[in-house]
Amino acid sequence: MTQDASGYTAAGGRKIGGVLMEMKNITLRFGGVKAITDISFDIRDGEIRAIIGPNGAGKSSMLNVISGFYVPQEGEVWFKGYKRGPMKPYQVARLGIARTFQNIALFDGMSVLDNIMTGRLTMMKSGLLSQAIWWGGAQKEETEHREKVEKIIDFLEIQAIRKTPVGRLPYGLKKRVELARALAAEPKLLLLDEPMAGMNVEEKEDMSRFILDVNDEFGTTIALIEHDMGVVMDLSDRVVVMDYGRKIGDGTPDEVRNNQEVIDAYLGVAHD
Amino acid sequence: MAEDATTGDLQSIPALLARNARQWGALPAFREKEFGIWQSWTWGQTAEEVRAMALGFMTLGIERGDHVAIIGRNRPALYWSMVAAQMCGAVPVPLYQDAVAEEMAYVLEHCGARFVVAGDQEQVDKVLEVQESLEGRGTKLDHIAYLDKRGMRKYDHSAMNALADIAAEGRAAHQRFDAELDARIAELTYDHTCVMLYTSGTTGKPKGVVLSNRNIIETSKNSSEFDHLSHHDEVVAYLPMAWVGDFIFSVGQAFWTGFTVNCPENAATMMTDLREIGPTYFFAPPRVFETQLTNVMIRMEDAGRLKKRMFDHYMEVARRVGPAILDGKPVSGLDRFRYWLGNILVYGPLKNTLGFSRIRVGYTAGEAIGPEIFDFYRSLGINLKQLYGQTEASVFITQQPDGEVRSDTVGVPSPGVEVKIAENGEVFYRSPGTFVEYYKNAESTAATKDAEGWVATGDAGFFEDGTGHLRIIDRAKDVGKMADGHLFAPKYVENKLKFYPNILEAVVFGANRSMCTAFINIDLTAVGNWAERNNIAYASYQELSQHPQVLETVAAHVEEVNRSLAADPMLAGCQIHRFLILHKELDADDGELTRTRKVRRKIIEEKFADLIAALYDGSHSIYTETEVTYEDGRKGKIKATLTIRDAKVERAAERMAAE
Repeated sequence: MTQDASGYTAAGGRKIGGVLMEMKNITLRFGGVKAITDISFDIRDGEIRAIIGPNGAGKSSMLNVISGFYVPQEGEVWFKGYKRGPMKPYQVARLGIARTFQNIALFDGMSVLDNIMTGRLTMMKSGLLSQAIWWGGAQKEETEHREKVEKIIDFLEIQAIRKTPVGRLPYGLKKRVELARALAAEPKLLLLDEPMAGMNVEEKEDMSRFILDVNDEFGTTIALIEHDMGVVMDLSDRVVVMDYGRKIGDGTPDEVRNNQEVIDAYLGVAHD
Repeated sequence: MAEDATTGDLQSIPALLARNARQWGALPAFREKEFGIWQSWTWGQTAEEVRAMALGFMTLGIERGDHVAIIGRNRPALYWSMVAAQMCGAVPVPLYQDAVAEEMAYVLEHCGARFVVAGDQEQVDKVLEVQESLEGRGTKLDHIAYLDKRGMRKYDHSAMNALADIAAEGRAAHQRFDAELDARIAELTYDHTCVMLYTSGTTGKPKGVVLSNRNIIETSKNSSEFDHLSHHDEVVAYLPMAWVGDFIFSVGQAFWTGFTVNCPENAATMMTDLREIGPTYFFAPPRVFETQLTNVMIRMEDAGRLKKRMFDHYMEVARRVGPAILDGKPVSGLDRFRYWLGNILVYGPLKNTLGFSRIRVGYTAGEAIGPEIFDFYRSLGINLKQLYGQTEASVFITQQPDGEVRSDTVGVPSPGVEVKIAENGEVFYRSPGTFVEYYKNAESTAATKDAEGWVATGDAGFFEDGTGHLRIIDRAKDVGKMADGHLFAPKYVENKLKFYPNILEAVVFGANRSMCTAFINIDLTAVGNWAERNNIAYASYQELSQHPQVLETVAAHVEEVNRSLAADPMLAGCQIHRFLILHKELDADDGELTRTRKVRRKIIEEKFADLIAALYDGSHSIYTETEVTYEDGRKGKIKATLTIRDAKVERAAERMAAE
């Protein structure tokens, strides 16, 4: 793989573009605890970038820094060529970043359709009053958004549960609905926090296929955290490996797999 | 072409399409639910789309007599592609979409398909998988058209294109091909092949049944008139496109009468879509009705006490007077009032949930249907009837007229069909729908159809005295003799067993043996629900199937069947002495069932020879290992120790006395 500023060609002939997001010397502290120590890496346009590491390595903290939920004490976050300051969640969403959560965060009492519609909230323009009486612009706007949402429902093959309250769904489907909601925001960068956790083999296969399809069909850049090594190595173009808040590896799955430090972190090493 | 209602000039499906576009141009022809909305196409639009596709096929160089394979779930565009192929003088060959690659390869090679229209990426992948080996044997696929563009962007498109793009190319090229296409459409007569359908093949390799325009159009005309179908009717197309019934209902009858064909969003939304459409004319194999009834009963078990009592009370009323009211027989005023009340409180809402609110005519066929199931639907006021047919007859051989419906007959000969019973009890028929031939198989054609056009059905049956209704006992070749000379009719017994909701499938053995024995498959939905309610924990199908209480329940069912068999002197010998519950569900992927879910007796006998031996050697349990194929084609092994049970057998007193 050759890399330069203008991008590279990934497996399967996909063209990966320039840098979309860059983390420069990030350090994040909670009181006296250092969750992340001086980490730098980039995410390129159109790639699937994985962050892996043992428990407590600081992966979720890293994802929260990317999403803007945590503001690091040191270091800079650059997105689309601009340095990003502290932001409110809705501002992050408007920038084109969407995410799913490790512990599903959906509205249990609402239908699948309504849950996904909430993903388009930041794009709705009509005011509270016209939405409440559902008249004029609001009506037209809802139809347009519904069309987009229906395309996502079709894409993720969840037509049969469109009107089902989310609380009644099995775990694997809830995860899929969460992905649908994140996609509804039409993100430039999609963050997935352990998308396969707690799934059986078949559900994992489905989810992997959807992640690849999202990346392929919509050109969405994806950053994901995942424990299942097989999944990570198969899906991602490049992998960042973290341990104890430090970056110990960065590269293609093959490079990472043969990195001695990574092997030590995962398999343990004798201290004498 | 003259615009008259006789078939005069209407000798092909494309000709019917042209008439419909003229006559009912603005009425809906096809609907499909997509993106959560029912999209619809009028006859005018349909004619335009089909023509564009046909022109597109012309640009690809389709020739008269070429075969075009169609693989996918029921979608309007796939139906259109069949008609478009006919316009070009080619022959559409719909395939079962769940067929695995090798099965598909056999059919593609046998018909020598030049073009394939695939529903989606999954089907394209299967075709590509077999393409190379097909070419090695001399069958070259010229072009693959696919309908759903998802995931197809990165494929090599040198011999592949989206169906919509092919149609667009056809539109662009219309000046080049209009005249040629019109000439080809005008050539089509009654004697041209309309469609070729592969039989599911309970024995041996599938056979390609060639059906002419005469077969399809005459049959569609007769059967539509029989049930007074009109262009106001609605059907839901959800059965495999490769099955003759779907071709008759969704193409033959739909194009003849001009009714609307509705395609569900996908297989999982079928029940919701059915409810939204509320078809007026509906066809389903008994299994669908069984599943629906099982679901209703399971949900009623979980309902509140008041609701449950109301349901039970009014279902009792319906059982008593419902069928009589449906058949227009005299019923007392009080009962009519009760039924009316029940309709408001129970039947109406129930029918609405099932999607049967507007149903005028419903048919079931393919397998025998349990009397309780049949009566349940009829008592609700749903005009469910039975028909008897096969691919070689373009479906219809016999069907039940309104007012003469019973669960144990298959009705009187359909209009235009002659039926006779041979000496050995086998049913023969002759009709305008009788197939032309088996493709490239003169030997089988001659063995099935004689010079005068009589076709052997392979089923044994008899006409009932007095009513003139046909009753089918079993497959003629399966009807055998037991060692002591008693009649052995396995399917008859199996059907009796399958009428119990707990039993999904049964296979009875006994030909040339001293006694009958059986394999049973339990129904995981029904038995699983029972286990849940009784706090019985189980980890797998296998474990549940060997649970002592489950064995006890099944034994009770078997003994009940034995009692009813004993009452019939002819069949008393078929009582089941010993049985076992199989450790796996019989599955088409393992070759144990056909794709239409009929039992493949020979294969089962070979595969489970050890189990059959154990049934006859008196042992009480047996250890076995079975190879299974998963959906993705991988193979695995199931190991199990199965319990073998003895069942009580009744003395056939009457027969003893008669001898």
